[in-house]
Amino acid sequence: MKKVLWLLLAAVLALGVVACGDDLDDSNDSGSSGSSQSSDSGSTQSITVGSANFPENVVLAEIYAQALKAKGLDVQTKLNIGSREAVFPALEKGDLNVLPEYSGALLSYLTKAKSDAKEINAQVTDIKANLPDSLTVLTPSAAEDKDTITCNKETVDKYGLTSIEDLAKVGDQITIGGPPEFAKREGFGIKALKRVYGAEFKKFQPLDVAGPLTVAALKDNKVQCANLFSTQSAIPANGFVTLEDPKGLVEAEAVLPLIDKKSATPDVTETLDAVSGKLTTDNLKELVKRVEVDKDDAETVASDFIDEQGLGSQ
Amino acid sequence: MGETITWLTSSEQWSGDDGIPARLIEHIWYSALGVVVAFLIAFPVGLLIGHTGRGSLAANSMSNFWRALPTLGVVILVFRIEPLSIWPVLVALVVIAIPPILLNTEVGIRAIDPGIRDAARGMGMTGWQALWRVEVPLATPLILAGLRSATGQVIATATIAAFVGLGGLGRFIIDGYSVRDIGEISGGAVVVAVLALTVEGVFALLQRSLGPKEGRRQRRVSGPAVQPEEVHA
Repeated sequence: MKKVLWLLLAAVLALGVVACGDDLDDSNDSGSSGSSQSSDSGSTQSITVGSANFPENVVLAEIYAQALKAKGLDVQTKLNIGSREAVFPALEKGDLNVLPEYSGALLSYLTKAKSDAKEINAQVTDIKANLPDSLTVLTPSAAEDKDTITCNKETVDKYGLTSIEDLAKVGDQITIGGPPEFAKREGFGIKALKRVYGAEFKKFQPLDVAGPLTVAALKDNKVQCANLFSTQSAIPANGFVTLEDPKGLVEAEAVLPLIDKKSATPDVTETLDAVSGKLTTDNLKELVKRVEVDKDDAETVASDFIDEQGLGSQ
Repeated sequence: MGETITWLTSSEQWSGDDGIPARLIEHIWYSALGVVVAFLIAFPVGLLIGHTGRGSLAANSMSNFWRALPTLGVVILVFRIEPLSIWPVLVALVVIAIPPILLNTEVGIRAIDPGIRDAARGMGMTGWQALWRVEVPLATPLILAGLRSATGQVIATATIAAFVGLGGLGRFIIDGYSVRDIGEISGGAVVVAVLALTVEGVFALLQRSLGPKEGRRQRRVSGPAVQPEEVHA
Protein backbone atom coordinates (compact mmCIF):
# COMPACT_ATOMS: atom_id res chain seq x y z
CA MET A 1 0.00 0.00 0.00
CA LYS A 2 2.70 2.39 1.02
CA LYS A 3 4.69 1.67 -2.13
CA VAL A 4 1.68 2.51 -4.25
CA LEU A 5 1.24 5.79 -2.45
CA TRP A 6 4.87 6.71 -2.98
CA LEU A 7 4.53 5.89 -6.64
CA LEU A 8 1.45 8.06 -6.82
CA LEU A 9 3.28 10.89 -5.12
CA ALA A 10 6.23 10.51 -7.47
CA ALA A 11 3.88 10.60 -10.44
CA VAL A 12 2.21 13.74 -9.15
CA LEU A 13 5.55 15.44 -8.56
CA ALA A 14 6.78 14.40 -11.98
CA LEU A 15 3.67 15.87 -13.54
CA GLY A 16 4.40 19.07 -11.73
CA VAL A 17 7.94 19.20 -13.10
CA VAL A 18 6.74 18.52 -16.63
CA ALA A 19 4.15 21.25 -16.34
CA CYS A 20 6.75 23.72 -15.13
CA GLY A 21 9.08 22.76 -17.97
CA ASP A 22 6.35 23.47 -20.47
CA ASP A 23 5.73 26.87 -19.01
CA LEU A 24 9.36 27.82 -19.33
CA ASP A 25 9.59 26.63 -22.92
CA ASP A 26 6.47 28.53 -23.83
CA SER A 27 7.73 31.76 -22.44
CA ASN A 28 11.05 31.35 -24.21
CA ASP A 29 9.30 30.68 -27.48
CA SER A 30 7.13 33.72 -27.37
CA GLY A 31 10.07 35.82 -26.26
CA SER A 32 12.26 34.80 -29.15
CA SER A 33 9.57 35.07 -31.81
CA GLY A 34 8.72 38.52 -30.52
CA SER A 35 12.28 39.71 -30.82
CA SER A 36 12.97 38.15 -34.21
CA GLN A 37 9.88 39.92 -35.52
CA SER A 38 11.27 43.32 -34.66
CA SER A 39 14.96 42.73 -35.31
CA ASP A 40 15.29 41.22 -38.77
CA SER A 41 12.64 43.26 -40.57
CA GLY A 42 15.51 44.83 -42.48
CA SER A 43 16.55 41.79 -44.51
CA THR A 44 13.40 39.74 -45.09
CA GLN A 45 9.89 41.09 -44.82
CA SER A 46 8.19 40.02 -41.62
CA ILE A 47 4.46 39.49 -41.66
CA THR A 48 1.97 38.42 -39.00
CA VAL A 49 -1.12 36.54 -40.08
CA GLY A 50 -4.12 36.65 -37.74
CA SER A 51 -7.47 34.91 -37.67
CA ALA A 52 -10.88 35.01 -36.03
CA ASN A 53 -11.97 32.30 -33.62
CA PHE A 54 -13.55 29.67 -35.82
CA PRO A 55 -11.90 26.73 -37.58
CA GLU A 56 -12.45 27.82 -41.18
CA ASN A 57 -10.85 31.19 -40.57
CA VAL A 58 -7.93 29.53 -38.79
CA VAL A 59 -7.32 27.18 -41.75
CA LEU A 60 -7.49 30.06 -44.20
CA ALA A 61 -4.99 32.01 -42.12
CA GLU A 62 -2.72 28.93 -42.02
CA ILE A 63 -2.92 28.68 -45.80
CA TYR A 64 -1.99 32.36 -46.18
CA ALA A 65 0.86 31.91 -43.72
CA GLN A 66 2.28 28.78 -45.32
CA ALA A 67 2.05 30.18 -48.83
CA LEU A 68 3.92 33.29 -47.68
CA LYS A 69 6.48 31.17 -45.84
CA ALA A 70 7.09 29.20 -49.04
CA LYS A 71 8.11 32.51 -50.64
CA GLY A 72 10.83 32.86 -48.05
CA LEU A 73 9.10 35.51 -45.95
CA ASP A 74 9.40 35.63 -42.18
CA VAL A 75 5.88 34.71 -41.14
CA GLN A 76 4.28 34.69 -37.68
CA THR A 77 0.77 33.53 -36.91
CA LYS A 78 -1.62 34.73 -34.22
CA LEU A 79 -4.66 32.56 -34.74
CA ASN A 80 -8.03 32.00 -33.12
CA ILE A 81 -8.06 35.47 -31.58
CA GLY A 82 -11.73 36.40 -31.41
CA SER A 83 -14.50 38.02 -33.40
CA ARG A 84 -14.02 40.69 -36.05
CA GLU A 85 -14.68 43.29 -33.37
CA ALA A 86 -11.56 42.04 -31.57
CA VAL A 87 -9.34 41.19 -34.54
CA PHE A 88 -9.89 44.23 -36.72
CA PRO A 89 -8.53 46.74 -34.18
CA ALA A 90 -5.43 44.55 -33.81
CA LEU A 91 -4.86 44.90 -37.55
CA GLU A 92 -5.40 48.65 -37.38
CA LYS A 93 -2.87 48.89 -34.58
CA GLY A 94 -0.31 46.90 -36.58
CA ASP A 95 -0.20 43.85 -34.27
CA LEU A 96 -1.42 41.85 -37.26
CA ASN A 97 -0.67 42.43 -40.93
CA VAL A 98 -3.08 40.20 -42.81
CA LEU A 99 -6.37 38.41 -42.10
CA PRO A 100 -8.72 36.18 -44.08
CA GLU A 101 -11.99 38.13 -44.30
CA TYR A 102 -15.46 37.83 -45.80
CA SER A 103 -16.64 40.60 -48.11
CA GLY A 104 -20.24 41.02 -46.94
CA ALA A 105 -19.59 40.73 -43.22
CA LEU A 106 -16.54 43.01 -43.36
CA LEU A 107 -18.51 45.62 -45.26
CA SER A 108 -21.36 45.62 -42.80
CA TYR A 109 -18.86 45.89 -39.93
CA LEU A 110 -17.20 48.90 -41.57
CA THR A 111 -20.42 50.70 -42.48
CA LYS A 112 -22.50 49.57 -39.49
CA ALA A 113 -24.72 47.73 -41.99
CA LYS A 114 -25.47 50.94 -43.90
CA SER A 115 -24.11 49.79 -47.27
CA ASP A 116 -26.47 48.02 -49.63
CA ALA A 117 -23.83 46.66 -52.00
CA LYS A 118 -24.83 43.06 -52.64
CA GLU A 119 -22.58 42.10 -55.52
CA ILE A 120 -18.94 41.29 -54.94
CA ASN A 121 -17.28 44.03 -57.02
CA ALA A 122 -19.51 46.70 -55.56
CA GLN A 123 -18.75 45.34 -52.11
CA VAL A 124 -15.00 45.52 -52.67
CA THR A 125 -15.29 49.12 -53.91
CA ASP A 126 -17.34 50.03 -50.84
CA ILE A 127 -14.98 48.19 -48.49
CA LYS A 128 -11.99 50.08 -49.86
CA ALA A 129 -13.84 53.38 -49.51
CA ASN A 130 -14.66 52.68 -45.87
CA LEU A 131 -11.38 51.13 -44.69
CA PRO A 132 -8.87 53.25 -42.80
CA ASP A 133 -6.15 54.63 -45.14
CA SER A 134 -3.56 52.16 -43.89
CA LEU A 135 -5.58 49.07 -44.89
CA THR A 136 -6.80 47.47 -48.10
CA VAL A 137 -8.25 44.22 -49.43
CA LEU A 138 -6.76 42.06 -52.18
CA THR A 139 -8.52 40.22 -55.00
CA PRO A 140 -11.49 38.20 -53.69
CA SER A 141 -11.61 34.45 -54.18
CA ALA A 142 -14.45 32.43 -55.65
CA ALA A 143 -14.98 30.79 -52.26
CA GLU A 144 -18.02 31.92 -50.32
CA ASP A 145 -19.03 31.25 -46.75
CA LYS A 146 -22.28 32.86 -45.73
CA ASP A 147 -23.78 33.41 -42.34
CA THR A 148 -27.00 31.42 -42.12
CA ILE A 149 -29.98 30.97 -39.88
CA THR A 150 -30.20 27.21 -39.56
CA CYS A 151 -32.85 25.32 -37.60
CA ASN A 152 -33.12 21.73 -36.48
CA LYS A 153 -35.44 19.33 -38.27
CA GLU A 154 -37.90 19.21 -35.40
CA THR A 155 -38.46 22.96 -35.51
CA VAL A 156 -38.67 23.16 -39.29
CA ASP A 157 -41.31 20.40 -39.32
CA LYS A 158 -43.26 21.83 -36.41
CA TYR A 159 -43.63 25.34 -37.82
CA GLY A 160 -43.23 24.56 -41.52
CA LEU A 161 -40.26 26.87 -41.87
CA THR A 162 -38.56 27.46 -45.19
CA SER A 163 -37.42 31.07 -45.06
CA ILE A 164 -36.32 33.61 -42.47
CA GLU A 165 -39.56 35.45 -43.32
CA ASP A 166 -41.48 32.66 -41.54
CA LEU A 167 -39.75 33.60 -38.31
CA ALA A 168 -41.67 36.87 -38.16
CA LYS A 169 -44.75 34.84 -37.18
CA VAL A 170 -43.30 32.14 -34.89
CA GLY A 171 -40.10 33.79 -33.68
CA ASP A 172 -41.61 34.42 -30.24
CA GLN A 173 -41.66 30.64 -29.66
CA ILE A 174 -38.08 30.14 -30.77
CA THR A 175 -34.84 30.41 -28.85
CA ILE A 176 -32.06 31.36 -31.20
CA GLY A 177 -28.39 30.64 -30.57
CA GLY A 178 -25.24 32.27 -31.85
CA PRO A 179 -21.94 33.80 -30.79
CA PRO A 180 -22.26 36.55 -28.16
CA GLU A 181 -21.61 39.25 -30.79
CA PHE A 182 -24.68 38.05 -32.71
CA ALA A 183 -26.88 40.02 -30.30
CA LYS A 184 -24.81 43.17 -30.54
CA ARG A 185 -23.61 43.79 -34.06
CA GLU A 186 -25.47 45.86 -36.62
CA GLY A 187 -24.69 43.44 -39.45
CA PHE A 188 -26.06 39.91 -39.62
CA GLY A 189 -27.57 39.29 -36.19
CA ILE A 190 -30.56 39.85 -33.92
CA LYS A 191 -30.83 43.54 -34.81
CA ALA A 192 -30.74 42.93 -38.57
CA LEU A 193 -33.26 40.06 -38.36
CA LYS A 194 -35.68 42.41 -36.67
CA ARG A 195 -34.96 45.32 -38.99
CA VAL A 196 -35.13 43.40 -42.27
CA TYR A 197 -37.56 40.56 -41.50
CA GLY A 198 -39.44 41.82 -38.45
CA ALA A 199 -38.42 38.62 -36.68
CA GLU A 200 -38.18 38.75 -32.89
CA PHE A 201 -37.27 35.81 -30.72
CA LYS A 202 -38.29 34.37 -27.38
CA LYS A 203 -34.73 34.40 -26.22
CA PHE A 204 -31.17 34.73 -27.47
CA GLN A 205 -28.77 32.11 -26.15
CA PRO A 206 -25.11 33.15 -26.38
CA LEU A 207 -23.04 30.15 -27.50
CA ASP A 208 -19.88 29.98 -29.62
CA VAL A 209 -18.96 30.91 -33.18
CA ALA A 210 -20.81 28.13 -35.00
CA GLY A 211 -18.72 25.66 -33.01
CA PRO A 212 -19.40 22.51 -30.96
CA LEU A 213 -21.56 24.39 -28.43
CA THR A 214 -23.88 25.71 -31.10
CA VAL A 215 -24.15 22.39 -32.91
CA ALA A 216 -24.81 20.52 -29.63
CA ALA A 217 -27.44 23.06 -28.57
CA LEU A 218 -29.22 22.80 -31.89
CA LYS A 219 -29.09 18.99 -31.82
CA ASP A 220 -30.48 18.86 -28.27
CA ASN A 221 -33.16 21.40 -29.18
CA LYS A 222 -31.87 23.69 -26.42
CA VAL A 223 -32.03 26.26 -29.16
CA GLN A 224 -34.35 25.79 -32.14
CA CYS A 225 -32.41 27.91 -34.63
CA ALA A 226 -28.86 29.14 -34.66
CA ASN A 227 -26.25 31.07 -36.58
CA LEU A 228 -24.11 28.57 -38.53
CA PHE A 229 -21.91 28.98 -41.59
CA SER A 230 -22.94 27.71 -45.00
CA THR A 231 -19.66 25.79 -45.39
CA GLN A 232 -20.23 23.62 -42.33
CA SER A 233 -20.82 19.93 -42.87
CA ALA A 234 -22.58 19.84 -39.49
CA ILE A 235 -25.64 21.17 -41.34
CA PRO A 236 -26.29 18.20 -43.66
CA ALA A 237 -24.77 15.72 -41.19
CA ASN A 238 -27.38 16.51 -38.53
CA GLY A 239 -30.32 17.09 -40.86
CA PHE A 240 -30.38 20.79 -40.01
CA VAL A 241 -32.17 23.07 -42.46
CA THR A 242 -30.82 26.43 -43.53
CA LEU A 243 -33.58 28.99 -43.95
CA GLU A 244 -33.73 30.94 -47.18
CA ASP A 245 -32.90 34.60 -47.16
CA PRO A 246 -35.27 36.09 -49.81
CA LYS A 247 -34.58 39.69 -48.80
CA GLY A 248 -30.86 39.18 -49.26
CA LEU A 249 -29.78 40.10 -45.76
CA VAL A 250 -26.63 38.15 -46.55
CA GLU A 251 -25.46 38.49 -50.12
CA ALA A 252 -21.99 37.82 -51.48
CA GLU A 253 -19.53 36.66 -48.82
CA ALA A 254 -16.34 36.07 -50.77
CA VAL A 255 -13.20 35.09 -48.87
CA LEU A 256 -10.53 37.74 -49.38
CA PRO A 257 -7.37 38.91 -47.64
CA LEU A 258 -7.56 42.08 -45.56
CA ILE A 259 -4.06 43.51 -45.30
CA ASP A 260 -2.20 46.61 -44.22
CA LYS A 261 -0.82 48.51 -47.20
CA LYS A 262 2.76 48.44 -45.92
CA SER A 263 2.73 44.63 -45.97
CA ALA A 264 1.09 44.40 -49.39
CA THR A 265 4.32 44.29 -51.38
CA PRO A 266 4.14 42.86 -54.93
CA ASP A 267 5.54 39.58 -53.59
CA VAL A 268 2.90 39.24 -50.89
CA THR A 269 0.07 40.42 -53.14
CA GLU A 270 1.03 37.93 -55.82
CA THR A 271 1.23 35.07 -53.32
CA LEU A 272 -2.13 35.81 -51.70
CA ASP A 273 -3.76 36.34 -55.11
CA ALA A 274 -2.51 32.90 -56.10
CA VAL A 275 -4.11 31.41 -52.97
CA SER A 276 -7.39 33.23 -53.68
CA GLY A 277 -7.23 31.93 -57.26
CA LYS A 278 -7.30 28.36 -55.97
CA LEU A 279 -10.03 28.73 -53.34
CA THR A 280 -13.56 27.66 -54.23
CA THR A 281 -16.64 27.17 -52.10
CA ASP A 282 -16.32 23.40 -52.62
CA ASN A 283 -12.72 23.06 -51.56
CA LEU A 284 -13.40 25.44 -48.67
CA LYS A 285 -16.18 23.10 -47.49
CA GLU A 286 -13.73 20.22 -47.72
CA LEU A 287 -11.15 22.14 -45.66
CA VAL A 288 -13.75 22.89 -42.99
CA LYS A 289 -14.89 19.28 -42.92
CA ARG A 290 -11.35 18.03 -42.39
CA VAL A 291 -10.92 20.27 -39.35
CA GLU A 292 -14.39 20.06 -37.81
CA VAL A 293 -15.37 16.47 -38.60
CA ASP A 294 -12.13 14.56 -39.16
CA LYS A 295 -10.45 16.61 -36.41
CA ASP A 296 -7.31 17.13 -38.46
CA ASP A 297 -4.91 19.82 -37.37
CA ALA A 298 -5.46 23.16 -39.17
CA GLU A 299 -1.74 23.33 -39.93
CA THR A 300 -1.76 19.91 -41.62
CA VAL A 301 -4.93 20.63 -43.56
CA ALA A 302 -3.42 23.89 -44.78
CA SER A 303 -0.13 22.31 -45.83
CA ASP A 304 -2.00 19.55 -47.71
CA PHE A 305 -3.94 22.24 -49.55
CA ILE A 306 -0.74 24.11 -50.40
CA ASP A 307 0.77 20.88 -51.81
CA GLU A 308 -2.33 19.83 -53.75
CA GLN A 309 -2.77 23.23 -55.34
CA GLY A 310 0.92 23.69 -56.06
CA LEU A 311 1.08 26.88 -54.01
CA GLY A 312 4.32 25.95 -52.32
CA SER A 313 6.50 26.04 -55.43
CA GLN A 314 8.38 29.25 -56.13
CA MET B 1 -12.25 53.69 -16.27
CA GLY B 2 -14.89 56.04 -17.61
CA GLU B 3 -16.28 53.27 -19.82
CA THR B 4 -16.53 50.95 -16.82
CA ILE B 5 -18.49 53.50 -14.81
CA THR B 6 -20.77 54.30 -17.72
CA TRP B 7 -21.48 50.60 -18.16
CA LEU B 8 -22.04 49.97 -14.46
CA THR B 9 -24.36 52.93 -14.00
CA SER B 10 -26.46 52.60 -17.14
CA SER B 11 -29.98 51.53 -16.22
CA GLU B 12 -30.26 48.81 -18.88
CA GLN B 13 -27.58 46.84 -17.02
CA TRP B 14 -29.75 46.60 -13.93
CA SER B 15 -32.83 44.85 -15.25
CA GLY B 16 -33.92 41.90 -17.34
CA ASP B 17 -32.66 38.36 -17.95
CA ASP B 18 -29.20 39.55 -18.84
CA GLY B 19 -28.90 42.39 -16.34
CA ILE B 20 -26.48 42.48 -13.44
CA PRO B 21 -28.97 41.30 -10.77
CA ALA B 22 -30.02 38.22 -12.78
CA ARG B 23 -26.42 37.35 -13.64
CA LEU B 24 -25.37 37.91 -10.03
CA ILE B 25 -28.00 35.46 -8.78
CA GLU B 26 -26.87 32.87 -11.35
CA HIS B 27 -23.27 33.40 -10.30
CA ILE B 28 -24.07 32.99 -6.61
CA TRP B 29 -26.09 29.87 -7.42
CA TYR B 30 -23.23 28.19 -9.32
CA SER B 31 -20.74 29.18 -6.62
CA ALA B 32 -22.90 28.07 -3.70
CA LEU B 33 -23.67 24.77 -5.37
CA GLY B 34 -19.97 24.17 -6.05
CA VAL B 35 -18.90 24.95 -2.49
CA VAL B 36 -21.72 22.96 -0.87
CA VAL B 37 -21.09 19.86 -2.98
CA ALA B 38 -17.34 20.14 -2.38
CA PHE B 39 -17.95 20.54 1.36
CA LEU B 40 -20.20 17.47 1.47
CA ILE B 41 -17.37 15.45 -0.08
CA ALA B 42 -14.29 17.02 1.48
CA PHE B 43 -15.46 17.63 5.05
CA PRO B 44 -16.25 13.99 6.00
CA VAL B 45 -13.11 12.76 4.27
CA GLY B 46 -11.03 15.41 6.02
CA LEU B 47 -12.54 14.48 9.39
CA LEU B 48 -11.87 10.82 8.83
CA ILE B 49 -8.27 11.34 7.80
CA GLY B 50 -7.59 13.86 10.54
CA HIS B 51 -9.19 11.71 13.23
CA THR B 52 -7.64 8.39 12.28
CA GLY B 53 -4.37 9.81 10.94
CA ARG B 54 -4.57 7.38 8.05
CA GLY B 55 -4.58 8.19 4.35
CA SER B 56 -3.02 11.59 4.86
CA LEU B 57 -0.37 11.18 2.19
CA ALA B 58 -2.89 9.92 -0.34
CA ALA B 59 -5.19 12.84 0.39
CA ASN B 60 -2.36 15.32 0.05
CA SER B 61 -1.10 13.86 -3.21
CA MET B 62 -4.60 13.72 -4.58
CA SER B 63 -5.29 17.31 -3.59
CA ASN B 64 -2.09 18.54 -5.16
CA PHE B 65 -2.85 16.63 -8.31
CA TRP B 66 -6.35 18.11 -8.45
CA ARG B 67 -5.02 21.58 -7.97
CA ALA B 68 -2.77 21.10 -10.97
CA LEU B 69 -5.71 20.24 -13.24
CA PRO B 70 -6.43 23.09 -15.62
CA THR B 71 -9.98 24.20 -14.84
CA LEU B 72 -10.82 25.00 -18.43
CA GLY B 73 -9.70 21.48 -19.40
CA VAL B 74 -12.07 19.98 -16.84
CA VAL B 75 -14.92 22.11 -18.13
CA ILE B 76 -14.34 21.04 -21.72
CA LEU B 77 -13.91 17.39 -20.78
CA VAL B 78 -17.22 17.29 -18.91
CA PHE B 79 -18.84 19.38 -21.61
CA ARG B 80 -18.13 16.61 -24.10
CA ILE B 81 -20.07 14.17 -21.93
CA GLU B 82 -22.85 16.47 -20.71
CA PRO B 83 -23.12 19.44 -23.05
CA LEU B 84 -25.28 22.44 -22.16
CA SER B 85 -25.94 21.48 -18.59
CA ILE B 86 -24.61 22.79 -15.31
CA TRP B 87 -22.36 19.72 -14.95
CA PRO B 88 -19.20 21.04 -16.65
CA VAL B 89 -19.16 24.06 -14.36
CA LEU B 90 -20.21 22.18 -11.24
CA VAL B 91 -17.52 19.53 -11.65
CA ALA B 92 -14.83 22.13 -12.28
CA LEU B 93 -15.85 24.19 -9.25
CA VAL B 94 -16.03 21.14 -6.99
CA VAL B 95 -12.58 20.06 -8.14
CA ILE B 96 -11.03 23.39 -7.17
CA ALA B 97 -12.98 23.69 -3.90
CA ILE B 98 -12.19 20.26 -2.49
CA PRO B 99 -8.45 20.61 -1.74
CA PRO B 100 -8.58 23.63 0.60
CA ILE B 101 -11.60 22.29 2.50
CA LEU B 102 -10.21 18.78 2.81
CA LEU B 103 -6.69 19.73 3.80
CA ASN B 104 -7.75 22.38 6.30
CA THR B 105 -10.24 20.03 7.93
CA GLU B 106 -7.64 17.29 8.16
CA VAL B 107 -4.93 19.57 9.49
CA GLY B 108 -7.32 21.28 11.89
CA ILE B 109 -8.27 17.97 13.45
CA ARG B 110 -4.78 16.54 13.42
CA ALA B 111 -3.15 19.60 14.95
CA ILE B 112 -5.18 19.26 18.15
CA ASP B 113 -3.03 18.65 21.19
CA PRO B 114 -3.10 14.85 21.88
CA GLY B 115 -3.48 15.73 25.56
CA ILE B 116 -6.90 17.30 24.83
CA ARG B 117 -7.97 14.23 22.91
CA ASP B 118 -6.82 11.98 25.74
CA ALA B 119 -8.67 14.12 28.23
CA ALA B 120 -11.87 13.78 26.22
CA ARG B 121 -11.53 10.01 26.11
CA GLY B 122 -10.58 10.02 29.79
CA MET B 123 -13.87 11.73 30.59
CA GLY B 124 -15.62 8.78 29.02
CA MET B 125 -16.43 10.20 25.60
CA THR B 126 -16.67 7.78 22.68
CA GLY B 127 -14.65 8.40 19.51
CA TRP B 128 -17.67 10.10 17.88
CA GLN B 129 -18.36 12.25 20.89
CA ALA B 130 -14.74 13.31 21.10
CA LEU B 131 -14.81 14.17 17.40
CA TRP B 132 -18.00 16.23 17.44
CA ARG B 133 -17.81 17.84 20.86
CA VAL B 134 -14.10 18.48 21.15
CA GLU B 135 -12.17 18.07 17.92
CA VAL B 136 -14.54 19.74 15.43
CA PRO B 137 -15.15 22.82 17.61
CA LEU B 138 -11.43 23.23 18.13
CA ALA B 139 -10.74 22.81 14.42
CA THR B 140 -13.52 25.21 13.38
CA PRO B 141 -11.26 28.21 12.72
CA LEU B 142 -9.12 26.21 10.31
CA ILE B 143 -12.11 24.55 8.67
CA LEU B 144 -13.68 27.96 8.13
CA ALA B 145 -10.42 29.26 6.73
CA GLY B 146 -10.43 26.42 4.24
CA LEU B 147 -14.02 27.10 3.31
CA ARG B 148 -13.20 30.77 2.91
CA SER B 149 -10.34 30.22 0.52
CA ALA B 150 -12.36 27.63 -1.44
CA THR B 151 -15.27 30.05 -1.77
CA GLY B 152 -13.02 32.86 -2.96
CA GLN B 153 -11.52 30.65 -5.66
CA VAL B 154 -14.93 29.34 -6.68
CA ILE B 155 -16.46 32.80 -7.06
CA ALA B 156 -13.58 33.91 -9.26
CA THR B 157 -13.66 30.72 -11.31
CA ALA B 158 -17.44 30.54 -11.78
CA THR B 159 -16.96 33.07 -14.59
CA ILE B 160 -16.08 30.12 -16.85
CA ALA B 161 -19.76 29.11 -16.87
CA ALA B 162 -20.25 31.63 -19.65
CA PHE B 163 -17.62 29.83 -21.68
CA VAL B 164 -19.96 26.85 -22.13
CA GLY B 165 -23.09 28.87 -22.84
CA LEU B 166 -24.35 29.25 -19.26
CA GLY B 167 -24.98 32.48 -17.40
CA GLY B 168 -23.32 34.09 -14.40
CA LEU B 169 -21.16 37.18 -14.26
CA GLY B 170 -18.66 35.67 -16.71
CA ARG B 171 -21.27 36.38 -19.39
CA PHE B 172 -20.32 40.08 -19.27
CA ILE B 173 -16.64 39.29 -19.62
CA ILE B 174 -17.10 36.92 -22.56
CA ASP B 175 -19.85 38.89 -24.31
CA GLY B 176 -17.93 42.11 -23.81
CA TYR B 177 -14.80 40.54 -25.23
CA SER B 178 -16.67 39.34 -28.32
CA VAL B 179 -17.27 42.94 -29.37
CA ARG B 180 -14.33 44.53 -27.56
CA ASP B 181 -16.59 46.42 -25.19
CA ILE B 182 -14.00 47.30 -22.57
CA GLY B 183 -16.62 48.87 -20.31
CA GLU B 184 -18.63 45.66 -20.19
CA ILE B 185 -15.56 43.45 -19.66
CA SER B 186 -14.19 45.47 -16.77
CA GLY B 187 -17.66 46.23 -15.41
CA GLY B 188 -18.31 42.49 -15.20
CA ALA B 189 -14.94 41.95 -13.55
CA VAL B 190 -15.69 44.67 -11.00
CA VAL B 191 -18.98 42.99 -10.05
CA VAL B 192 -17.16 39.66 -9.59
CA ALA B 193 -14.55 41.34 -7.42
CA VAL B 194 -17.18 43.09 -5.30
CA LEU B 195 -18.99 39.78 -4.80
CA ALA B 196 -15.77 38.01 -3.83
CA LEU B 197 -14.81 40.75 -1.35
CA THR B 198 -18.30 40.82 0.17
CA VAL B 199 -18.26 37.08 0.72
CA GLU B 200 -14.72 37.39 2.09
CA GLY B 201 -16.04 39.93 4.61
CA VAL B 202 -18.92 37.67 5.63
CA PHE B 203 -16.46 34.85 6.26
CA ALA B 204 -14.23 37.11 8.32
CA LEU B 205 -17.19 37.99 10.55
CA LEU B 206 -18.24 34.36 10.72
CA GLN B 207 -14.76 33.24 11.70
CA ARG B 208 -14.66 35.83 14.45
CA SER B 209 -18.01 34.86 15.88
CA LEU B 210 -17.73 31.09 15.50
CA GLY B 211 -14.21 30.67 16.84
CA PRO B 212 -14.07 28.77 20.16
CA LYS B 213 -14.65 31.20 23.01
CA GLU B 214 -12.03 29.79 25.32
CA GLY B 215 -9.67 28.38 22.72
CA ARG B 216 -7.18 31.22 22.93
CA ARG B 217 -4.37 29.10 21.55
CA GLN B 218 -6.45 28.38 18.47
CA ARG B 219 -6.85 32.05 17.67
CA ARG B 220 -3.41 32.13 16.19
CA VAL B 221 -4.28 29.74 13.42
CA SER B 222 -7.38 31.57 12.22
CA GLY B 223 -7.06 34.03 9.39
CA PRO B 224 -6.04 33.11 5.87
CA ALA B 225 -6.04 29.45 4.90
CA VAL B 226 -3.04 27.58 6.19
CA GLN B 227 -1.27 25.93 3.32
CA PRO B 228 -0.66 22.24 3.96
CA GLU B 229 2.94 22.63 2.86
CA GLU B 230 3.56 24.96 5.75
CA VAL B 231 1.95 22.61 8.19
CA HIS B 232 4.02 19.67 7.06
CA ALA B 233 7.31 21.53 7.09
